[in-house]
Amino acid sequence: MKKLWQRYCERKTSVVGLVLLVLITVIAFIAPWIAPHQPWDIVGTPFLPPFEDSAHLLGTDTLGRDILSGIVHGTRISLTIGLMCMVATVILGLALGAVAGYYGKWIDDVLMRSTEFFQVLPNFVFVVVLVAIFRPSIGSIFLAIVIVSWPPVARLVRSEFLSLRSREFVEAAVAVGHTNRWIIFKEILPNALSPIVAMSSLMVASSILLESAVSFLGLGDPNLMTWGYMIGTGRTVIRGAWWMSVLPGVALVSTILIINVVGEGLGRAWNPRLSNGAAR
Amino acid sequence: MERFEYIAKRCVKAVFLIVLIALLNFLLIRMAPGDPAFVIAGESGSVDPLFMAQLRAEFKLDQPLWVQLWTYLKDVLQFDLGYSYRNKAEVIDLIVARLPATLLLTGTGFLLAIVGGVLLGAVAARTVGRWQDSTIGLICMTIYAMPLYWVGLALVLIFAGWLEWLPAFGIGSVQPLEGWDFVWDRITYLTLPALTLALHYIAVYARLTRSSMLEVQNQDFVKLARAKGLPPLRITTAHVLRNSLLPIVTFAGIQAGNLIGGSILVETVFAWPGIGRLALDSLLVRDYNTLLGVFFLCSVMTIVFNLIADVVYSIIDPRIDIQK
Repeated sequence: MKKLWQRYCERKTSVVGLVLLVLITVIAFIAPWIAPHQPWDIVGTPFLPPFEDSAHLLGTDTLGRDILSGIVHGTRISLTIGLMCMVATVILGLALGAVAGYYGKWIDDVLMRSTEFFQVLPNFVFVVVLVAIFRPSIGSIFLAIVIVSWPPVARLVRSEFLSLRSREFVEAAVAVGHTNRWIIFKEILPNALSPIVAMSSLMVASSILLESAVSFLGLGDPNLMTWGYMIGTGRTVIRGAWWMSVLPGVALVSTILIINVVGEGLGRAWNPRLSNGAAR
Repeated sequence: MERFEYIAKRCVKAVFLIVLIALLNFLLIRMAPGDPAFVIAGESGSVDPLFMAQLRAEFKLDQPLWVQLWTYLKDVLQFDLGYSYRNKAEVIDLIVARLPATLLLTGTGFLLAIVGGVLLGAVAARTVGRWQDSTIGLICMTIYAMPLYWVGLALVLIFAGWLEWLPAFGIGSVQPLEGWDFVWDRITYLTLPALTLALHYIAVYARLTRSSMLEVQNQDFVKLARAKGLPPLRITTAHVLRNSLLPIVTFAGIQAGNLIGGSILVETVFAWPGIGRLALDSLLVRDYNTLLGVFFLCSVMTIVFNLIADVVYSIIDPRIDIQK
């Protein structure tokens, strides 16, 4: 573990990314206390450009809601949804992929066929259909994202398990008489973790992007101020009031960038052989 | 002969998948909260009871579930996707009317993505470790982090708002044009949406091409070509690039359907009158029949594109194990 930390710190970009990620997380935690206003409250003149009034540093939107407050509150929702979707997706993918890869036979067949089925469904359209049918709410968005995101994770886990299953150390564990559960959790899983870790950081980013796109279309949770919603409402007036959609977008893009940088750093630290190979 | 068998098998599988998607569609309508008759009618709430009874009879909603399912599957497989009570038209007609615009947009975006991505990836692979490579890497990473719709808005702001080079919304000018003026007009309207759709995939294809080319670059036949003294450019194009294209073909097949999904967002941003826009409009008025029709069609198109990619794959690379 200590070595992992050292290797992670070897890359300057990764360290900067991590610092920024911590900063964003802190902002998400203390959002209600540092945001100057409530995100839904109409607190100023509508269409106020940024950097003109110190009370509304980033300006106001079409109704006079404070943009900075919206962005700060949106951080909370984006990070939460990204993290929750990632955790749920990884748990689901891990469970299904491990069972399929370890036990093989018909279980494996069933799982592989169903992931194939999910892969032909156009992701984003499926999410939109699910959210629309089950009524827009943060719960239905969460479920929809998990439903479209698990198949690649399950496939990855399954292929890792499949190749590790026939390795000597696993066969030795079987010969010694360890239980299946012991072999799965203590022998195979630790050795399969590195690609899974790399993929989970991608999952956080893609979940955040999916949620924001759904909110952008106006299908977000009606009670939550999200970045996607802000961009969506600012869209119609973009030529006159660029800041309404550009500023939340900047927040969104930087968050995703930072998560990707941290994820890449983590992947490299975890598996240094891989990064050397890629840099060749 | 073997290849024919392989293709036949793939086709059977594709048909099976299409039936499954129809089944999923059926389940989604039943799972929607509320009376399915209301759902089918587009949930106007206070529809008159006679009309509801008529709907129930038509879709056999009073019969056991499997009868309903059978009716539904039979209809869908004949490409009868139901009636949009909101638009007062057959769903399939609505989609067919909108399809050309979407195909124009996604087709152009797809071409831009492949050409741009492969070109950038090839340059990056040729200059590994130098500034060109890292610049391309940085650009790709930034594009990767940007949501599609936001890229669209940014492009509108820059090229339509500030520079005023290109039109911001729509598919063509209102006044009638002829000949080259018409084509040119369409191109100016197409540029921004197609570019928006393509940008993300340019980044994807650039990364794929780069890593795939790096892998091929160290193989023996490339070393031989170098030893023979062939010019570097020829080695890159004829030996390395050609053999690196396989993963890109696979990926392109898989992504084709998602491209249509992405076009929902692009069509929303640019007011482009395609099926994505149709899906969004029907969604906002809870016209589920139309929404699910679009969903069904997108999925079927993905399956067809995958099939084409598989066949192309087996033709351009004889090493592929057809038995699998």
